Amino acid sequence: MARKAVAAVLTAGAAAGIAFWRRRRRPAEHVDVYASDGSMVSFAPGSPAGDRLLPLARRVLAAARG
Amino acid sequence: MDAAQALADLTEISSQIESAVIATRKGAVLASTFGDDGKGKEVAGLALELLAAAEEARGEVEPLVQLEAATGQGSVFVVRDKRNVAAAVTTPKPTVGLVFYDLKTCLRLLEQEQEAAKPARRPRKKKEEKSGS
Repeated sequence: MARKAVAAVLTAGAAAGIAFWRRRRRPAEHVDVYASDGSMVSFAPGSPAGDRLLPLARRVLAAARG
Repeated sequence: MDAAQALADLTEISSQIESAVIATRKGAVLASTFGDDGKGKEVAGLALELLAAAEEARGEVEPLVQLEAATGQGSVFVVRDKRNVAAAVTTPKPTVGLVFYDLKTCLRLLEQEQEAAKPARRPRKKKEEKSGS
C-alpha cells in the first residue's frame, strides 16, 4: 500500500515537472490559433506564419495603446 | 444587455484586460472601451486582419474561433461567434483561459440580447381554399 502511494506521488511529481519544463521551454512570443473542433495550432517566431502574425499583433497593441 | 454593457462588465471583472472592442464580423464597431470611435474602428479592423491572416496560415477547413497572440509587450485576444467578434488587449503573460472565458461570455450575452431583440415572426395566414370552383 505504501509502495503504491510512493509510486503515485513520484508519478504525479514527474508529470508536474514535465509540464513545468514544457511550459518554460515555450517561446515567450507565439500565436495560438483555435478551431471550432477544439484543435489548436501554435505559431512561433521564426516560422512563416509566426513572422506574419506577430507584427500584426504588435500593430493591434500599438493601436490600442497609442 | 447591449454591447456597451457587456464590455463594461468584461473590463470590470477582468483586471488583465486593458481595452477591448466588440464589432460585427464585417468590422462595424458595436462598442469599445476607447473613448475615440476612430480608435475602436482601427483596433477592430486590425483584429479582423489578424484573424483572417491566422485563418489563412492554418489553411484548414475547420473554422477558426479564437486566437491569442502573445508578445513581450502584451497579448492580443480575438474571439468570434456567428455574428460578432470581440478583441482585447492584455498585460503580458495573462491567464489565457480566463481571458478567453470572459470574452466568450461577453459574446454569448450579446448574442442572447440580439436574439431577444429580434422581432417575433408573425404566423402566416393559411391560404383559404377556394370553394365551388
